Amino acid sequence: MTSESTERINAENITEDEFFFGHKACAGCGGSLAVRIALKVLGERTLLVEPAGCMSAVSFNYPQMSFSNNAIISAFAGTGAVLSGLKAGAEVMGWKDYHVLGIAGDGGTADIGLQALSGLIDRNDDVIYLCYDNEAYMNTGIQKSGLTPFGTSTTTTPAGKKGKGNLKHKKNLFEIVAAHDIPYAATASIGYIEDFANKIKRASEVRGTSFIHVLAPCPTGWGIDTSETVEVAREVVDNGLWYLAEYYDGEYHINRKPKEFKDIHSYIKRQGRFKHLDEEDIKEIIAQRDKTWKRLQQYSVGQ
Amino acid sequence: MIKARLTERKKIRRLSELPQGGSCTAGILIEKNAGWRNKRPEVDPEKCVGCHQCYLYCPDGVIVKAQKGIVIDYDFCKGCGICAKVCALKAITMEDER
Repeated sequence: MTSESTERINAENITEDEFFFGHKACAGCGGSLAVRIALKVLGERTLLVEPAGCMSAVSFNYPQMSFSNNAIISAFAGTGAVLSGLKAGAEVMGWKDYHVLGIAGDGGTADIGLQALSGLIDRNDDVIYLCYDNEAYMNTGIQKSGLTPFGTSTTTTPAGKKGKGNLKHKKNLFEIVAAHDIPYAATASIGYIEDFANKIKRASEVRGTSFIHVLAPCPTGWGIDTSETVEVAREVVDNGLWYLAEYYDGEYHINRKPKEFKDIHSYIKRQGRFKHLDEEDIKEIIAQRDKTWKRLQQYSVGQ
Repeated sequence: MIKARLTERKKIRRLSELPQGGSCTAGILIEKNAGWRNKRPEVDPEKCVGCHQCYLYCPDGVIVKAQKGIVIDYDFCKGCGICAKVCALKAITMEDER
């Protein structure tokens, strides 16, 4: 479906080494699953850049260090710039057979780090940028980010008598990145982890910058049970509120087109952050979903 | 196998033993995460067929492939329950921690 190379990654052939182990992320954290799998695909010779965010807060706790590969914390806005720097340094030192990976959250990518990301894609350095999207600034206590969806109750957009939560729709980050004519960009969900792992593998094989946007539910911020993370991440793909797509060779490709979208009510009602939404708001969410899909299908090929 | 390991915390006696420039050794763990858990996953070896989906989906990487089925590292399991949910054969159940 996604990978050009012969062997697809699955539970049997993925390495048993763990490069992200013993971290302090909340139980059931979707972001930590994305980081763990990404590092398992790329291997030990990976230079990792982490800006401020959950994943750096839960792993760099001196003298405890949960990463088993080289990792560095960058300035919040500087993930893209530090990635270019590491790549240049490794090239000068004549390194062979390594990967440079940056992992930032949704705020660190779509809001604060967007300029550095744009510069990185413009320079087209051979690195991978992974954005794990838990749809708010979870590390600092659930504040709204540019990727927070419509109607979400966060601490900066609280739902109550006068507010209905977030009034804005999610930024189209995937399309913003693709508009740079990047060599490879993809969206993924931790609910379909093999698809995600194979997109990471493909990104590592592409020459030039590649970008992966993975949806990673956060039990704390979304108001779901810790065991539901993966289930919710699957449901959001099946009901069309999130899509699995790729961009390469100047063309959009939709990987998974559900024949019929599942009802979004069960997805909305199971989450604490959407509890206050009424029928009208749900209609608005459905209208936005259909608009996004219509646009995607218009410019995607092979559908 | 590469994996962060539990190690005893070294006492620093001299200035020169401090890490330089804000850097430290990778893959070092000082404490376990077992105390976070109020439910523990139990595997029924009769039902487990070794499809390893739980291994793939565990956010903490505490499920280890064994010759037959799986083994859970209870030192670092936080008891989130994802493994029990992704198991198609219901071979993992969440039991109360005593």
